[in-house]
Amino acid sequence: MADAAVLPATSAVRRVPGRFWIVPPAALLALLFFYPLVLIVQQAFTDDSGMANVAEFVRVLHARFFLNALLNTITISVAATAGCLIVGLVLGLILAFVPFPGSGVIARLIDTFIALPTFLVTLAFTFLYGSAGMLNAGLMEVLSLHAPPVDFLYSTWGVVLAEVTVYSPFVLRPLLAAFSLVDRGQIEAASVLGARPFRIVRQIILPAAVPALIAGGSLCLLLTVNEFGIVLFIGAKGVITLPLLIYSKAIQESAYQVACIIAVINIALSLGLFGLYRFAAGRLGA
Amino acid sequence: MSVPAFTGSNVMDVDAAKIRGAGSNVHFDKVSVAYGAHVVLHPLTLDIAPGEILAMIGPSGSGKTTALRAVAGFVRPASGRIRIGATDVTDLPPYERGLGMVVQNYALFPHMRVEDNVAFGLRAQGADKALIAERVKDSLATVGMSGFAERYPRELSGGQQQRVAIARALAVRPRVLLLDEPLSALDAQIRRNMVEEIARLHRDLPGLTILYVTHDQTEALTLADKIAIMRDGRVSSHGPTAELYRRPPNRFTAEFLGRANLLPVTVAESAAGPKGFAKARLGDAVLAGAARGEKPGDKTLLCIRPQHLSLTGDAEHTNRIVGTLKEVHWQGELTHLVLDVDGTPVRVSATRLPLSLPERGSAMPLFFTPGDTSLVPEDVCG
Repeated sequence: MADAAVLPATSAVRRVPGRFWIVPPAALLALLFFYPLVLIVQQAFTDDSGMANVAEFVRVLHARFFLNALLNTITISVAATAGCLIVGLVLGLILAFVPFPGSGVIARLIDTFIALPTFLVTLAFTFLYGSAGMLNAGLMEVLSLHAPPVDFLYSTWGVVLAEVTVYSPFVLRPLLAAFSLVDRGQIEAASVLGARPFRIVRQIILPAAVPALIAGGSLCLLLTVNEFGIVLFIGAKGVITLPLLIYSKAIQESAYQVACIIAVINIALSLGLFGLYRFAAGRLGA
Repeated sequence: MSVPAFTGSNVMDVDAAKIRGAGSNVHFDKVSVAYGAHVVLHPLTLDIAPGEILAMIGPSGSGKTTALRAVAGFVRPASGRIRIGATDVTDLPPYERGLGMVVQNYALFPHMRVEDNVAFGLRAQGADKALIAERVKDSLATVGMSGFAERYPRELSGGQQQRVAIARALAVRPRVLLLDEPLSALDAQIRRNMVEEIARLHRDLPGLTILYVTHDQTEALTLADKIAIMRDGRVSSHGPTAELYRRPPNRFTAEFLGRANLLPVTVAESAAGPKGFAKARLGDAVLAGAARGEKPGDKTLLCIRPQHLSLTGDAEHTNRIVGTLKEVHWQGELTHLVLDVDGTPVRVSATRLPLSLPERGSAMPLFFTPGDTSLVPEDVCG
């Protein structure tokens, strides 16, 4: 009887090792991440007098400057992602399936782009494709022109090209991982059965790479939607994206509520894309 | 370079009966393969007759899979030519060779249903829908998989997947079917069943030429009309299956193709004719063995299979040796005895044993007929 009475007490004091270790990271996350986010959301729905205000949110949603920025953001990110998918896919197929000496070195070199700051590519582009860049200078001299003939860098397409250059490795990496898992026996079987290379890519390799394409593509979409440095550095006239608009409203115009409203929409867009990326990455086994 | 007859839209013109009639021969003409300075297949000259099953067997790295891949077009010969039928295919890509191939891990397309897997080659070759439907139905029926057309490969067992892989290869009516260790991934029971299935398949399709690469001698002995035994990138021996087994031309073949007792003997008396029996001495015993032109005084090996050794003598079993019983292993259907004969271990596989075996360490006579023996040269490559 005495033993039975002691047992529950022993269970009650049993300690689960490590249970409280959740507190420090959770507190840190709350302090550095969730609290600022809550402040932004709160600011988005509060006017200057501190009252709750949804009308301003609705007004911004319908404002031309916001719609233009949203359209620019979507256009640039979709175009850049499509470009990344095409460039990544072509490079991935070559690196994975066309045997040539040094393919590993090339893959690692492409990887190094991930380590570089995004605006560096933009800086390099001004040297290459800018008004006084190598391409224009060469063409002007060869063709005896008085004005630079190539003038795409300071436009939407300049931003897209820079983003494609910077973010293609983000598609290439998961694609190469997926291609390495494709059973070479399937490719050989298809080839013996009469399939030419294009059919093999279309019907055997690509279906196996769909999760990697979705994962890489959604990551690119996420990064290009939030890209700030490239757009700011190129400084293309009239090319205002959501991150640039937030910067402009908050820093240049001190319109904090408007900036926060746009930020909330930007966050919602990003979280949606991040969810898509995690889903695809999960399918890929990442 | 002529385009092979069995490609592209031509597949639609090929009558299904054609495969049951004349198949194509495969001819290796001094084909060698090298990776840099490393030669993996030394110049190989070999013929596979139409409708024949040739099994290439040998240990890992012997060059058998390389030879098959050269036929498929995945390996470029460093020298020599490969002909399939009248077509020199050496410079053709795999998709223009008109072949079927089945590999160890099945290589089914996981995102396609069984019927789409089987139809893949026909679609790739531009066959019309009616022909595809007919061939898919026929091919699946041939391998007993008609009820699985709408399944995905992941929903099938290993044996079923391999049947689908065979159906997929057969659907394009290949000139030659390449089987690269097709049963290696299956467990023993299913493998035995599949060997019988493939044998039945070839009886149904006698015109189909098959190059069968395996390291499993049982598969080769069961299925092949002829066997090529590979070693170190060379053909060690090549010939009709039963002939190679009964009269192995060299020690490697004798030991690789089934189990063999190889007794070192000295020829005492030559055979009277080319297919006669020579007399050879093993210690005090004089034994008759099927000869290959040995001369008196030649040192050679007398090959006798374990199941051909008898524990009792009679009028036929005129060869007699005496050994010391070392081990007895009962395995149900068979009992394996190991004896020491003049320092050479001799294995006996007996279905029946006398009521009382001598004790281990005792002397024991063994008997065998001259017709079950063969004199085998000691050299390793024939």
